[in-house]
Amino acid sequence: MAGGNNHRIKELTQKRAVCAMPIAGSYRGIDFALSNMSNSHINKVAVFTQYNAGSLNEHLSSSKWWDFGRKQGGLRVFTPALTAESNAWYRGTADAIAQNLSFLKNSHEPYVVISSGDCVYKMDYNKLLEYHIEKKADITVVCKDMPADVNVDRYGTVKMNEECRIEEFEEKPVVARSNTISCGIYVVRRRQLIEMIQRCAEEDRYDFVKDILIRYKNMKSIYGYKIKEYWSNIASVDDYFKTNMDFLHPEIRNYFFRQYPDIYSRVDDLPPAKYNVGASIKNSLISSGCIVNGKVEDSVIFKKTYIGNNCYIKNSIILNDVYIGDNTHIENCIVESRGTIRANSYHKGENGIEIVVEHNDRFVI
Amino acid sequence: MVKKEMIAMLLAGGQGSRLGVFTSKVAKPAVAFGGKYRIIDFPLSNCINSGVDTVGVLTQYQPLRLNTHIGIGIPWDLDRNIGGVTVLPPYEKSVNSEWYTGTANAIYQNLDYMESYNPEYVLILSGDHIYKMDYEVMLDFHKQNGAEVTIAVMPVPMEEAKRFGIMITDKDRRITDFEEKPENPRSNLASMGIYIFNWKTLKEALLSNASQPGLDFGKHIIPYCHEKGAPLYAYEFNGYWKDVGTLSSYWEANMELIDIVPEFNLYEEYWKIYTKSEILPPQYLSCDSVVERSIIGEGSEIYGQVYNSVIGCGVTVGEGTVIRDSIIMNETQIGSHCELHKAIVAENTVIEDDVKLGIGEETENETDPHIYNNGIVAVGEKSFIPQGVTVGKNSVVFGVTSAQDYADGSLPSGKTLIKAGDKQ
Repeated sequence: MAGGNNHRIKELTQKRAVCAMPIAGSYRGIDFALSNMSNSHINKVAVFTQYNAGSLNEHLSSSKWWDFGRKQGGLRVFTPALTAESNAWYRGTADAIAQNLSFLKNSHEPYVVISSGDCVYKMDYNKLLEYHIEKKADITVVCKDMPADVNVDRYGTVKMNEECRIEEFEEKPVVARSNTISCGIYVVRRRQLIEMIQRCAEEDRYDFVKDILIRYKNMKSIYGYKIKEYWSNIASVDDYFKTNMDFLHPEIRNYFFRQYPDIYSRVDDLPPAKYNVGASIKNSLISSGCIVNGKVEDSVIFKKTYIGNNCYIKNSIILNDVYIGDNTHIENCIVESRGTIRANSYHKGENGIEIVVEHNDRFVI
Repeated sequence: MVKKEMIAMLLAGGQGSRLGVFTSKVAKPAVAFGGKYRIIDFPLSNCINSGVDTVGVLTQYQPLRLNTHIGIGIPWDLDRNIGGVTVLPPYEKSVNSEWYTGTANAIYQNLDYMESYNPEYVLILSGDHIYKMDYEVMLDFHKQNGAEVTIAVMPVPMEEAKRFGIMITDKDRRITDFEEKPENPRSNLASMGIYIFNWKTLKEALLSNASQPGLDFGKHIIPYCHEKGAPLYAYEFNGYWKDVGTLSSYWEANMELIDIVPEFNLYEEYWKIYTKSEILPPQYLSCDSVVERSIIGEGSEIYGQVYNSVIGCGVTVGEGTVIRDSIIMNETQIGSHCELHKAIVAENTVIEDDVKLGIGEETENETDPHIYNNGIVAVGEKSFIPQGVTVGKNSVVFGVTSAQDYADGSLPSGKTLIKAGDKQ
């Protein structure tokens, strides 16, 4: 599910869908779900996209990065299309599947894994499937206990009984009655899914969570599968910022970067990062193709960024291909990709994170 | 019928013995360069950037690393339905079987490969130079002059000319004579080992000289074409071109990449150098790290200090470690509180804590002074250096070493310690 936009992530999705947001220097949101599928030996994958899919389509230009260049299966991208039966956009997650139901009908695989494309996590779906079969569940929902101080009002929250059967499911509750949230990852038998989606479509209902999970929670056996590993959703500015900053912790880097299996992404053929005289980097991630002349602290610098002399960048995220002129000060900011920050600029997020979107002309480097 | 205007044949079978331990397990074209690249990436990227999409790579010496690197050519966009990259090792024949005995002999043994693409021109390249060159411009020059053979040359200082094959040309760049490593050179145009042949000329020359032992382009084929009166032209190239055949020239070429605006610029948008990169994550520099005048590859973690160095991908540099003027190749782990001066450390090596490399007076290397010189310390791939030892200048370590191998915890300058061999 890669179609979504979200007002919580403000200006950053003017340019792209949430799941195409760059993550941790070298990746994009969708890489995590796609790599998990590839690593779980799922070799038939459909990506549903709708909102501002430019960056996403560019990123998915070839399926070989995730090893989906297969004769059997492979990667399919479904965008809304005018057909004899339908002229609508995807009106919801269930509708996206309904409009492309023939893909599901013509498949022969017994199970379907559904994952949102805007979550950062590592998972072997085979373990999830084993659990699903063992519980004889109709649908299994991946859940995570959030720390008590996290506001869960933008997630779906669940309550389970001792057998892990989900008894309550609330979508985006005003006052949450549980701190266990749904991670937006499901497994369901293919025929079961087709049947539910078809019924939904007949009743003009479009949302997988509201119209399937919540409506059917007493009729069907829906189980929760709790994960303890790292999982993070990037669909709000604060979460996006925090998720990126999490990668400054060695245990998170070790988990995602060094432990098998790997996360894959599109290869950009950029040269190594270069540090000139005057560069000083503390506790930061620097990506390939960067040229650094200034000071960087506690930040994540994405690919192909140029940082001029005497700059000071602190606690910030600089997205791909940004040119930062000399003597610039950037603190508590997210700088949008392909921006050009003029020399001697000053940006500081005073109350929280500031998003910097610049449209200056690029100096010729 | 398939028809390609120009196909390339890339000679990648040589050992490059002057690179010492760095080519004991891999062919020279597969040696790492500039952090994340391998030497062969440069000619291969030049090919695709010049629009040459059919490349035969001739391998012979230690081809495993090279084969895995090239694969089906995906990184260079050379995975094609027609053409693309093909690895061409020597093979058994019904009457006789032989290794590639010379540069031209290797090409001769692959006449069938070239024939199958029905080319107009054949470009002969070698896989051991660092340069960016548009072969299409060279081909235009070849066509304009109505040449049968065009040889790329570059002007070198007169005093160095005696180390090269020298072309003597008239004012139109037609070659009138040539000399191999002459005492008193009559020109300073050195052959770069890059040739464009008309396919007919090449085929005829190879077939007529087939019985010549050690058939070589410079020694036999070019003189043969010249004697027959075929028009030979010299194409002058004035860009960056570096032969990295010796440890010092390899070290220098790497160090040139860290200049503010390097003469050889990897950051150009329109002549990208492609390579197979398996390591994707960004690099991490810790609170205590210091990095100056260096380039660092993906996924490396730096907790120490790095000055004037080229660091590959997936390298770890421990706390308090100081690295100066060194080259560290992919996936090498360096412990804490080490000191490295002018060291070249090959891939997948482990250096434990408190190790010092490149310490002490310079003395000539005891076994191979012509390879290990200029104060460079060489550490071969998959080596292990135990905690707390000191290694001097012009010395070499290769293989899994233990504390017993270092008398008094040190290996003095000029010593060779090679424990890797066929026995592992």
